Amino acid sequence: MRQAVTWRLGLVLALLVAVVVANAAIGAVAIAPGHVVQSLLHRLGAFDMAEIAAGQALVLWSIRLPRLVVGMLVGAGLAVAGALMQAVFRNPLAEPGLTGISAGAAVAAAAVIVLGHAVAGGFSLPAVAFAGALVAFCAVFGIARSAGPAQALTLILAGVAVNAIAWSLLGYLTFISDDTQLRNLTFWTMGSLGGATWPMVPPLLVLVGGGILVACRLGGLLNLYQLGEAEAGHLGVDAGRLRLGAMALAALIVGACIAVSGQINFLGLVVPHLVRLWQGPDHRRLLPMAALVGALLILSADLVARTIIAPAELPIGLVTAFIGAPFFVYLLVRQTRMAGY
Amino acid sequence: MTALLRILAIALALVAATRAQAADRVVAVGGALTEIVYALGAADLLVGVDTTSQYPAAARTLPQVGYMRQLSAEGVLSLSPTLLLITEEAGPPAVLRQLQAAGLRTVLLPGGYQPGAVRARIEGVAKAVGQEDRGQALAARVDQDVARIAEALKGAREPRVLFLMTGTAGGTPLASGGRTAADALITLSGGINAVSAYDGYKPLTPEAALAADPDFILVPAHAIDALGGVKALAAMPGLKDTRAVRANRVVAMDMLTMLGFGPRIAVAMRQLAAALHPGLDLPAVSEPSLP
Repeated sequence: MRQAVTWRLGLVLALLVAVVVANAAIGAVAIAPGHVVQSLLHRLGAFDMAEIAAGQALVLWSIRLPRLVVGMLVGAGLAVAGALMQAVFRNPLAEPGLTGISAGAAVAAAAVIVLGHAVAGGFSLPAVAFAGALVAFCAVFGIARSAGPAQALTLILAGVAVNAIAWSLLGYLTFISDDTQLRNLTFWTMGSLGGATWPMVPPLLVLVGGGILVACRLGGLLNLYQLGEAEAGHLGVDAGRLRLGAMALAALIVGACIAVSGQINFLGLVVPHLVRLWQGPDHRRLLPMAALVGALLILSADLVARTIIAPAELPIGLVTAFIGAPFFVYLLVRQTRMAGY
Repeated sequence: MTALLRILAIALALVAATRAQAADRVVAVGGALTEIVYALGAADLLVGVDTTSQYPAAARTLPQVGYMRQLSAEGVLSLSPTLLLITEEAGPPAVLRQLQAAGLRTVLLPGGYQPGAVRARIEGVAKAVGQEDRGQALAARVDQDVARIAEALKGAREPRVLFLMTGTAGGTPLASGGRTAADALITLSGGINAVSAYDGYKPLTPEAALAADPDFILVPAHAIDALGGVKALAAMPGLKDTRAVRANRVVAMDMLTMLGFGPRIAVAMRQLAAALHPGLDLPAVSEPSLP
């Protein structure tokens, strides 16, 4: 058992390192892998390495590397948030969108895009999108709470209602937008890591990185919670508090991710499934592994998005689904077949 | 002999150096800007264009850096450009900031749908690529053509024109309100936009079509082909009872000519004015011959 954990972890880590190196070394601008290493060593002050050509160094340090770091955090965050939601609702189809987070972020982003930066009061689009996500989440939770103790079902229904309101607001903003705004809006909903910069990294590290660490510690409690609410209660788990905590955590993580990357669908829904099919449902291992696989998948997708039609670039949301879905189908079919025999 | 060779070599190197310095590597983002670069005879400087650069046909063979609002910083830099031509429509802003941080000379040309804006774009591009003289000549020629058509249109009755952007059959067509390229072209060609209640494009309901009751309907040629001809358009609810359809006055025009607002602005004006004012004697305009 322990051995199985080790080889899976080893495999994923190896793949992750490989895809990180590939992302740093491959792109529309040709930079030899040796030069990438040289530049890294130079910045680390090791071996008295000379810096590489200024143009290449700039592409590497202000475009590729911040994008790499932001991408990893976003991929890991979306996957962990998806796993949390599926655990809280004990439903494999749950995803962060259920709590209105994505829709709230989308409405806020659309308001900035269509109504102009004046409505944002000087805050950047990511900050406003993040606020939108949290407002929507609080609305969902407030509605569910006002109807009594927040049960899973009332939460879902409140989520449906808030989503409906958000989508109609989004529809209205789409309707009044001009051509340019409409296209900005469309591209936002397809997601991109193209705007990644270093200043985005510290807040992401705190919200997403910190959120993932906290989530991983909830694994044991979430395992008990899977037995059923009453059963978990008898085992000393405060189900209501656990649910609120896990959902708030997912909202924080996803809000921060969507804020910097726009909407990247599919990852949050499918990565937890992939991991569960691969190594079983134990949340203590599921959550950290989902983080690693999420980072792996998003970086692989971004590598394709950045290079396949260079010098142009595909929206990453398209690629995550295109790469992930067939793989998911393969695992699903294999799993079903093994269960059948 | 060796001394002579050495001098020759140095002279050649100098020539090569000055040429390399003069020859910018240009990425043009925006159909009108690309067209202007071609019209200035500076097409050999182009190393990349965006996907809206569809005219002239030769522009489509250049490396494409993607849609103008969805540029990739590294993609653009991979073409080793020394000059980036953009309008306000280019984006996303984060990518433009990255490109400027990378030291890429970026020239922002004015947008807008007035002859003055066309002139400013031509002169701006000409200055950026070091073709001021040709730019002056081209801008003057365009100005003159525009002025002559405006002169010929003076006093003519102004028909009401509805510009429709149609999608596939069965979809609701979008009608152009104010502040669009189509609205500006209609006005410049001696017509009045039949829809003035809003700005931009909005879906046209059958009732709104009847209320607008245009004398002419203007559609992009490719859209009318995709729809299945003028008949299919005329059969759309609301449209078939308009004056335009009853009198069979549906005008199809090439979208790139019509809405480009580049060097062919006068060509577009003349074409639409000729359709709107069949009796009028319009002056000929010069069309730049491009590859």
